[in-house]
Amino acid sequence: MAGTFHFDAEDRSNAFITRVESATFGDGRLAGIPLAVKDNISTRGMQTTCGSRILEGYIPPYDAHVVELLREEGAAIVGKTNLDEFGMGTTTENSGFGPTTNPHDPARVPGGSSGGSAAAVAAGMVPMALGTDTGGSIRCPAAFCGIVGLKPTYGRVSRYGLIAYSNSLEQIGPMGRSVADVGTLMEVICRHDARDSTSYDRGYAHAPSGEIRGMTIGIPAEYFGEGVDPAVAECVRDAIATLESAGAIVEECSIPSMEYALAAYYVTCTSEASSNLARFDGVRYGPGVGTKRSWHDEFQEFRGEHFGREVQRRVMLGTFALSAGYYGKYYAKAQVAKENVRRDFLRVLKSVDVIAGPTMPTIAFRFGEKSDPLSMYLSDVLTVPANLAGVPAISVPCGRVEGMPVGLQIIGQHFADEVVVDVAFAFEQEGPA
Amino acid sequence: MISEREVESIAKLADIRIQKEELGEFTVQFNAILEYFDVLDRVEAAGEGRADLVNVFREDEVRPSLPVEDVLANAGSTEETFIKGPRVM
Amino acid sequence: MKVIIGLEIHCQLNTDTKLFCGCSTDYRDDPPNTHVCPVCLALPGALPRLNTKAVEYALRVAKALNLEVAEECEFSRKNYFYPDLPKGYQITQYDRPLAERGVVEIEADDGTPKEVRITRIHLEEDPGRLVHRSGRDRAGYSLVDYNRSGIPLIEIVTEPDLRSPKEARRFLNKLRNTLEYLEVFDGEREGAIRVDANISLVGHNRVECKNISSYKGVEKALTFEITRQKNQIARGHEITRETRHFNEGRGITMSSRSKEEETDYRYFPEPDLRPLRVRDWLDDITLPELPDARKARFVAQYGISHNHARTLTGDMKLANFYEKVAGDDPVLAATWVADTLLGELNYRDMKIDRVPPAHFADLLALVRVDAITDRSGVDALRTMLDEGAAGEEMELPSAVVDRFGLRKAAGDEFDEVAAQVVEAHPDAVADYHNGKGGALNFLVGQAMRETRGRADARDLGRRIKELLENKEA
Repeated sequence: MAGTFHFDAEDRSNAFITRVESATFGDGRLAGIPLAVKDNISTRGMQTTCGSRILEGYIPPYDAHVVELLREEGAAIVGKTNLDEFGMGTTTENSGFGPTTNPHDPARVPGGSSGGSAAAVAAGMVPMALGTDTGGSIRCPAAFCGIVGLKPTYGRVSRYGLIAYSNSLEQIGPMGRSVADVGTLMEVICRHDARDSTSYDRGYAHAPSGEIRGMTIGIPAEYFGEGVDPAVAECVRDAIATLESAGAIVEECSIPSMEYALAAYYVTCTSEASSNLARFDGVRYGPGVGTKRSWHDEFQEFRGEHFGREVQRRVMLGTFALSAGYYGKYYAKAQVAKENVRRDFLRVLKSVDVIAGPTMPTIAFRFGEKSDPLSMYLSDVLTVPANLAGVPAISVPCGRVEGMPVGLQIIGQHFADEVVVDVAFAFEQEGPA
Repeated sequence: MISEREVESIAKLADIRIQKEELGEFTVQFNAILEYFDVLDRVEAAGEGRADLVNVFREDEVRPSLPVEDVLANAGSTEETFIKGPRVM
Repeated sequence: MKVIIGLEIHCQLNTDTKLFCGCSTDYRDDPPNTHVCPVCLALPGALPRLNTKAVEYALRVAKALNLEVAEECEFSRKNYFYPDLPKGYQITQYDRPLAERGVVEIEADDGTPKEVRITRIHLEEDPGRLVHRSGRDRAGYSLVDYNRSGIPLIEIVTEPDLRSPKEARRFLNKLRNTLEYLEVFDGEREGAIRVDANISLVGHNRVECKNISSYKGVEKALTFEITRQKNQIARGHEITRETRHFNEGRGITMSSRSKEEETDYRYFPEPDLRPLRVRDWLDDITLPELPDARKARFVAQYGISHNHARTLTGDMKLANFYEKVAGDDPVLAATWVADTLLGELNYRDMKIDRVPPAHFADLLALVRVDAITDRSGVDALRTMLDEGAAGEEMELPSAVVDRFGLRKAAGDEFDEVAAQVVEAHPDAVADYHNGKGGALNFLVGQAMRETRGRADARDLGRRIKELLENKEA
């Protein structure tokens, strides 16, 4: 039954950039359910900033495909959640609208870049939210905030209306308190959309099953290597043991291309971003650009003033990676590496049903803990391979270290989103509270 | 290693004004990151990828355009139904 | 000094919608920014969708110009900043274009056939349009209209095979004509064709000349540029390798300070579009009769001269018009269309499609049965075209002929005029009998004046001569 949802939950974590106090909703599977949407997804008539001052005040005249689907199913969209500017970050500290804090410990980051969505769910403000995942941006905050987050197979959810950061890697995906909620939201948003030429016609209609008896789970050595906090590794090994005791068969495996996956990821995403973000020149939207001086002068000043530091850093890195004389060394090589990662996953996933490991190498960082960009980038090492390979991956809470949540990551074959959901669901049924 | 001058010219190519005093820090960070990217030098192609999804088209059928008010609504400044931009002379 | 010219030609394809969105391409008389959507305005989050018709049109061109179509091709982004470029990049094709290696035959300056090699053909989108208003604030800002943003273009690149501005002009005419025969292009649209030319003198640096937006402009720009370069060399200066812009109004090229120079376009594959494998579409493309084939057929089928055939097939609409009026006397029709009508149209700056074929056929019928003289025919045609040019409804030539009494003088009237002239000019008659050759011409001229051109001079001459001979006898 259609109606209005009064959204009065207190936002202690700065999870939202824009809130809708009275959200109307229609009939459907999500009727009356308050839903949060990451602020890099276009919402008609509702400010969409991408966490950037360069889009402050921008009101899209159209809805993203996924937002249309949410509305069709009656969801009450109660606001737009905070993120690292344009999705560029692992902590949600890089937002033009201030950082989001972790509901489990306000001195720690919620992870990123979908930190606002994860915090809103973890704080109980909404049961479900949409996030986006370019190199772990759904799974990382899901792990850090102790919720469930799914990065679908590349091409399964339309990107139409998602403000592009790295087109060839990113997907919109569901985040929620439980695997069942994530499954429900996935059923709603996974619809073919002709407006996204990279979208496949592979709908999702699946009730999660806890049955994993006889299923094979591959454990890549690389997911437990250097840089992974031993306490986190142990927590995840315990989780895998739980799956084994539920009837799954565990096998060691290896993904050698992990050696360079992170570099390939950062070259690809910064390159694409340098081009994607060229449109933010202040002419058609955002705070207006000056018109008195020559265009390069006006654009340079506008972009220097309104982009945050991390965005400037990545746009410049990508500009460099594509520039004459460096394209072959960086961009072209990264594409070869990306193909190698895809092949590694295809090979391993021929002999196992899913791959499992930690979502993040550590628990949520304290604010300011990662001060230099490279050490921050390195923390994405376990999430980026699924984006490079294009395969589905889910993060499900699997315990705590120092009182903070740890995420178990389950990665499946292309279009086997149902399988990773099933394994996560089985773990949720069996695993620790 | 790239120099501050190179970083400056990249910033120019990206149409981003960087303050002089920030240039040093950007350069140090870039060099650390680029050094890490050198791992890509070791990448050898395991085989050519062949796209599975090709020939995605739209029919040549006219769809409604946006109302001109919506086109202009987010623009910083307009004149009649033009959008104002910086000068090009 | 040998001249070397290569061309890059951008032609708008006449699809109904833009290259990557469903906005209509027919914005000619509409206000700025009324044919715009999230895609062509580059709103954040919008994604391009490729128009299948544009690909098919480009393939038609590739087939007609004998290019090899790639087994797989893709789109790339060309990154640069400019106020008319909404995304900050243009979607184009770069290292994997649609088709490569073709050839077009033209006539060289010496009249011999010559092959111009085509390097490649690719698809790309047009940017928006900038307008500058004069006034107090002039040049203080630019005004952007995105109606043109996303119009499909094909870029056709030639090898440096052209040797003179005239050859370049002939090549462009041939190309335009071919594109029109293929029905993928409307050459009369503003900005439908834009040309960049690379020009050098052998042994010297190459200059790129951009922004030429008319057929005449190409010849002008090239001629100017060659003279400029020759003068530079004559003065002992080396030619600077640079990009120059053609100023159509002033007919000169000017060094352009910044836009294209030193820009690093950072091309990379467009991640929002999938690759194309469309080579096998060629099997389904049946080319229409192209200009060369049609010219040969005109000579064979209608028995008209090579020159007439070339003129008539040099413009598809003209050729179509000719075939509609050729009728029972195609040679007569060819003469009237190619030698008379074209000149009259040019004089009035009118297009062939303004002339109703039935009207012209009516005129030809009058001429063919000898009902009017050629001169009267031209008069009737002019009257009709003047009416058209003034925006009035055109009269049928037979109606014009009747209204002005232009039908050929014949029979009694004819004899009467001849007799009157002979009667009125006894001196001339005497001169004739004294063997002065000019006298007959004088008398015929007088008779022509009397009939106001409705009589045939030869017929009148014969009649007057008869009268004179009879007089003597």
